[in-house]
Amino acid sequence: MDGLLEIQDLRIEGRAQDGWREIVKGVDLTVAKGEIVGLIGESGAGKSTLGLAAMGHVKPGLRIAGGSIRFDGQELIGARESALRDLRGRRIAYVAQSSAAAFNPAWRLIDQHCEGPVQHRVMSRAQAGDEAVKLYREMRLPDPEQIGFRYPHQVSGGQLQRAMTAMAMACRPDLIIFDEPTTALDVTTQIEVLAAIRDAVRDHDTAAIYITHDLAVVAQMADRVKVLLKGTEVEEAPTREMLAHPREDYTRSLWAVREFRPSPRAPVTDPRPILRIENVSASYGALPVLQDVSFSVPRGRTVAVVGESGSGKSTTARVIMGLLAPTQGRVVFEGQPLVAHSRRRPRDLQRRVQMIHQMADTALNPWHRVRDVIGRPLEFFLGLRGAAKEARIRELLAEIELEPAQFIDRLPGELSGGQKQRLCIARALAANPDFIICDEVTSALDQIVAEGILRLLDRLQRDKGLSYLFITHDLATVRSIADEVVVMQKGKVVEQGPKDRMFAPPHHPYTELLLSSVPEMDPDWLTRLLEQRRHGASGEGAGEGARGNAA
Amino acid sequence: MSPISKLILRRLAIGALTLLIVSAIIFWAIELLPGDIATEVLGQSATPETLAAFRERFGLNDPALVRYINWLGGALTGDLGLSMANQRPISQLLGDRSFNTFFLAGYAALIAIPLAVGLGIVAALYRGSWLDRFISSSTLAVISFPEYFVAYILILIFAVHLQWFPSLAAVAPGMDLTQRLYVTFLPALTMVLIVMAHMMRMTRAAIVNLLALPYVEMAHLKGIRRRRVITVHALPNAVAPIATVIALNLAYLIVGVVLVEVVFVYPGLGQLLVDSVAKRDITVVQAACLIFAATYILLNLAADIIGIVSNPRLLHPR
Repeated sequence: MDGLLEIQDLRIEGRAQDGWREIVKGVDLTVAKGEIVGLIGESGAGKSTLGLAAMGHVKPGLRIAGGSIRFDGQELIGARESALRDLRGRRIAYVAQSSAAAFNPAWRLIDQHCEGPVQHRVMSRAQAGDEAVKLYREMRLPDPEQIGFRYPHQVSGGQLQRAMTAMAMACRPDLIIFDEPTTALDVTTQIEVLAAIRDAVRDHDTAAIYITHDLAVVAQMADRVKVLLKGTEVEEAPTREMLAHPREDYTRSLWAVREFRPSPRAPVTDPRPILRIENVSASYGALPVLQDVSFSVPRGRTVAVVGESGSGKSTTARVIMGLLAPTQGRVVFEGQPLVAHSRRRPRDLQRRVQMIHQMADTALNPWHRVRDVIGRPLEFFLGLRGAAKEARIRELLAEIELEPAQFIDRLPGELSGGQKQRLCIARALAANPDFIICDEVTSALDQIVAEGILRLLDRLQRDKGLSYLFITHDLATVRSIADEVVVMQKGKVVEQGPKDRMFAPPHHPYTELLLSSVPEMDPDWLTRLLEQRRHGASGEGAGEGARGNAA
Repeated sequence: MSPISKLILRRLAIGALTLLIVSAIIFWAIELLPGDIATEVLGQSATPETLAAFRERFGLNDPALVRYINWLGGALTGDLGLSMANQRPISQLLGDRSFNTFFLAGYAALIAIPLAVGLGIVAALYRGSWLDRFISSSTLAVISFPEYFVAYILILIFAVHLQWFPSLAAVAPGMDLTQRLYVTFLPALTMVLIVMAHMMRMTRAAIVNLLALPYVEMAHLKGIRRRRVITVHALPNAVAPIATVIALNLAYLIVGVVLVEVVFVYPGLGQLLVDSVAKRDITVVQAACLIFAATYILLNLAADIIGIVSNPRLLHPR
């Protein structure tokens, strides 16, 4: 095999409290010219670190402790900064996870695009500009002639990610590192980005390392897949072979969340719904975001609200919580209409409706210890003090499966992502609520960690008869946890009903689009889907219309 | 109207309102001073007739509100009234002095701002190196001394020992520019040293804050030189905080350098203010305070507007 990149026995260490700790523990990785290798694993597996190391780069606080990284015969470990700089951007390029953060906000897209080729003296500015438009067209960006003259904040997330891929290709590199390029995108947008990336990489015969935690995504993209766990290799095999016959249990567990099903429910005793949303409209300033939204949440059940970003899911949650006053309609909780502003609601009502946020990181005060985080609602809502409060904190910690003695004095910075989300759940539980809004609570987590959180929520629902409003854009999660589904698009409810009916045809065209956009484990899924949609578009135009709406 | 011009207009309106409030505060604060102004200014030898004439001349018999409105109306049309001490028009008196003060401040600013921002960039570029530590600690050392002390040290070295520059900044109207720059070099240098540390440290901090951001890492991964990453990628995004601290220091160069003016016997506004307070020349004090306040407000307004304009989200709305 014709090795473009050869990494052997690579060891990378991270600074820890007591010296250095190994986070990549002797990994080998070979990429041949024009080959796409998928790297998959949970966070902390070292896949991003390995990807960056392929460019001779490590993040601050890390160091390369041993091994060898050879790119086209040249050793990168210990290479001069100027030699590495010459390779970076020109022969090896990088596509970051969050293109919104990785584009400089002060520059137009095309200026950032052309910077590489001009600085590397590959092309003149004018030539690079022409090439940029060509690449924008290849990446199927709308209005390729003009889009480069926009600033990053003027372009949508999916377009920005494609613009970043175009930028990575600016110098016609031999190798591109894709670091979770579609993780932050909606399923419908993800498809467009995946298709554009795959075609562009194939057309230019560029080799790529594709990093992701989603096995179904990697199945569409990679020729070969390597599974990593905690800095070591679990297994490596050609994609089809791995999907058909995974050798390791760990690899099989990577699609665990897709197989999780809720425990059987007790029949509903009280047929009155716990929460009803009646004809709610809301707006941010002059911008309408919700239009005539109505649905209800049955007692002790989970209603999932799905839709792309901008569909009004989170705004609905804000209206229920009393953070945003509706311009029309009302929210009825336990038969009583809710006051629009949370501050004017009686405290007991505030207690009964709780919310868990998407980003556990930012929803926790970094200087509050676990004890304070859980203790505060216990004092505020239930008036618990002293030993009674302490005992309850420990009870709650046990309930969320964190060992009380070990965790009670920790700061959020000393918890993992999943542990932080558990802490947020405990904070919501501390108020003894009847109804909890879960806003994308698993979106920022790995599949295995997410599955743990879903199991926990399921058990709490069974034990305490809680009702959930579960906001998510991930249909696999919906399939796992929901009893009923509400599909939203552009501030309106387009379809709602029991889960089983929603997942069986016939679907509303938008629901159909969402469902068909969820990547499947089949490596031919993307090709087939694009084929189908092309036929559908020329045949009847219905699918195309729905797609146009979604973009 | 575009949101950005709306924002800027609003800032301008707020600035004007602030200035109005400040003018009222200046006027009433001086009104609250104990004692009769006429007696204070004319002294023991005053007869009841001269006192009455003085009061008549300066309108001291009118109610305070009427005098405030007259004063404000005069100030808006550029007529600040007469000096109580020597009966000369204040606009004339302030004219030369303000020119001197603004000249010196501008002189110091032209050296200090590029130097401070440049050193800040260098310190950020070589963060943690001996150069960074040297720049940070030496500028810090200078501002920890009182400014008159820095001034005397400079006089001792450059005027007394080396005899390169005069110790007195004796400027006269009609002096040519090079001569003026030469005699005011030491006070300007003193002021450069005083204001530099703030600006330099803010520039460094603002840039270092940005270095951990993904787009800066991205620029590195595109193979861009470190110097270019910092000046072209980080600096434009750090403009707002740097502009704010520069505005504060520019204002300080104008309103806060009384001591430096005194040490170098430089005929600026600060000295005039001190003299006028000693002489109870109320009208001059009011006028000087108003100029200082306007300077402060205008400079901060400018920094605000630069901050708004440097934000691409506001400059180029969706």
